[in-house]
Amino acid sequence: MSILLNKDSRIIVQGITGREGGFHTQQMIAYGSNVVGGVTPGKGGEWAHGVPVYDTVREAVKQAEANATVIFVPPALAAEAILEALDAKIGLIVCITEGIPVRDMMRVYAKLQQSSSRLVGPNCPGLLTPGIGKMGIMPGYIATPGRVGVVSKSGTLTYEVVNALTEAGMGQSTCVGIGGDPVIGTTFVDVLEMFENDPETEMIAMLGEIGGRAEIDAAEYIAKHMTKPVAAFIAGRSAPPNTRMGHAGAIVDGNEGSAEQKIEALRAAGVRVADNPEQIPALLANK
Amino acid sequence: MDLHEHQSKALFVKHGIPAPMGEVAHTPEEAEAIAAKINGKVVVKAQVLTGGRGKAGGVKVASSPAEAKEKADSIIGMPIKHLTVHKVLVDPASTIVKEIYLGITNDRKVGKPVMIASSEGGMDIEQVAKENPDAVIREHIDPVYGLQGYQITSVANAMNLPKEHWKAFGQIARGLYACYAANDATLAEINPLIINGDNQLVALDGKMSIDDNALFRHPELAAMRDLTVEAEAEAIAREADISYVKLDGQIGCMVNGAGLAMTTMDMTQLYGADKGIGPANFLDIGGGAKADKVAKALNIILSDPNVKSVLINIFGGITRCDEVARGMIEAYNEVKPVVPIVIRLQGTNAKEGREIIQSANIPTLIAAATLTEAAQKAVAAAEGAL
Repeated sequence: MSILLNKDSRIIVQGITGREGGFHTQQMIAYGSNVVGGVTPGKGGEWAHGVPVYDTVREAVKQAEANATVIFVPPALAAEAILEALDAKIGLIVCITEGIPVRDMMRVYAKLQQSSSRLVGPNCPGLLTPGIGKMGIMPGYIATPGRVGVVSKSGTLTYEVVNALTEAGMGQSTCVGIGGDPVIGTTFVDVLEMFENDPETEMIAMLGEIGGRAEIDAAEYIAKHMTKPVAAFIAGRSAPPNTRMGHAGAIVDGNEGSAEQKIEALRAAGVRVADNPEQIPALLANK
Repeated sequence: MDLHEHQSKALFVKHGIPAPMGEVAHTPEEAEAIAAKINGKVVVKAQVLTGGRGKAGGVKVASSPAEAKEKADSIIGMPIKHLTVHKVLVDPASTIVKEIYLGITNDRKVGKPVMIASSEGGMDIEQVAKENPDAVIREHIDPVYGLQGYQITSVANAMNLPKEHWKAFGQIARGLYACYAANDATLAEINPLIINGDNQLVALDGKMSIDDNALFRHPELAAMRDLTVEAEAEAIAREADISYVKLDGQIGCMVNGAGLAMTTMDMTQLYGADKGIGPANFLDIGGGAKADKVAKALNIILSDPNVKSVLINIFGGITRCDEVARGMIEAYNEVKPVVPIVIRLQGTNAKEGREIIQSANIPTLIAAATLTEAAQKAVAAAEGAL
């Protein structure tokens, strides 16, 4: 078993007729993902990229037995798209959209906590389970099946490390981009717990960055609960404090959230912290 | 996006929060005229988007219009931190009997707004939180239901606010949350909230930050952006949908993705720090990396005279590296940079991309395969060793 995405996942794409949604639907299908439909209000009954389009998620669940959704809806409407998926009791919701107002996400988060659904993102590259499929925008060809679980706040930095692992002959069990926004559905700790319990994952690569305290929470979790080796890289050591760096999450509040603080906490928890993301395969290979 | 004090207080007043209503002056003469209208003691306050105004001498009391003119003259044009003061707020002066702190921000750990209050206002609230954490009250607010009356009561109680002020405090707390929510704020702060000589609660100073992601539904707030605080290059970048922050080093960085951009900066520092070399900027070019956008980004980077070399690091995921390489060469021919440029392409068709760069045969265009190699070459180029 991989985590989150598996052979029984029946995926729909919310925003399938949009430019991004359409393009990545093709990419997901080409990678072998089990895409069973899409949702665009007003386009129900049409077909897109070889799959049926529904007006609502509820309809997609009824007709296509969807149990997973990936959201490519513009920021102004994305929170509503997540609420729609929650309302239709979709178990796995992956939201790629960047730029959702934090107030909208806080309201979604309140509802999410009362549901049994899992949200990954928003503002993330999604998930990829080599050999099974992908939900989101990670390039498929850089990954290869194997035993390293990858969890990351970032997009292209994730691709770097996945690519480096593949080139070093170390395949991946599942790659998860959790996103760097202030309010996200799935944290480092959530994914670390899933990897710890996943028999197909033997070791973990974790990629964090400055801002917030998610990596500190992860260090505490690793120290207490993890038996599998973890290697990490924290981006932003050279960033000056209090400068916004594109990701809403990358705001350093005083010393809280600095790269040094996070690196120190991870090292103290026994994590192998890389100075350079290209060192991660070697750090994991040295048992 | 941060709002000025006068903008924040104007929004507070709209939500029923009492605040001294002065006016903004751009010249000493305007300050004099406003003071004459107020017809009493005034405070002349620098309007600048940074903290520590008072300590820097940016807030001064004046007893007459002539004195207000004089004080405004000394404040307008003065530097505070890295910013220049372009305008002052002239407020009627208040008698301060007691100072309170009241603010709202988002607590990302629980995904909710949190009201923060302290009866020890005026002083640095972070210092209070550190030295006497019990003196800082935190009350989380449900983002669906909003701030409730019983929450305000328990905040007022916890900060030992005399009961005679509870009604006024309730109106201010409710107003502050309404203002915070209605404007998609990420920070709304009254510091200090004072009890004045007439035993009234008044918001003497105010700060607000607005969620950039929500500006699309607040055109009136977007129009309040102070363009004078933005360097020219940053304004050009924002227009081109490029995320750019100028730093103090010598290696200009152009990268796709914020996390990888920070990583690339870190790498130039890792290999350059012992030689006094580091990143000149953060720049996230976003997806695609088409020729015209690369050319724009290159121009922005080269507008910084400290830049001695450029490191371009593109991970071609969906976009193929051979396409990126062609775009690079097109941009290079358009911009004709004089400093050496190290290009590292990784991802789809990376080898073909590198071959395109190499076969272009431009001596100052250097291809690299790994991030380590690229950072080392960029450092060497900045030193003049390449």
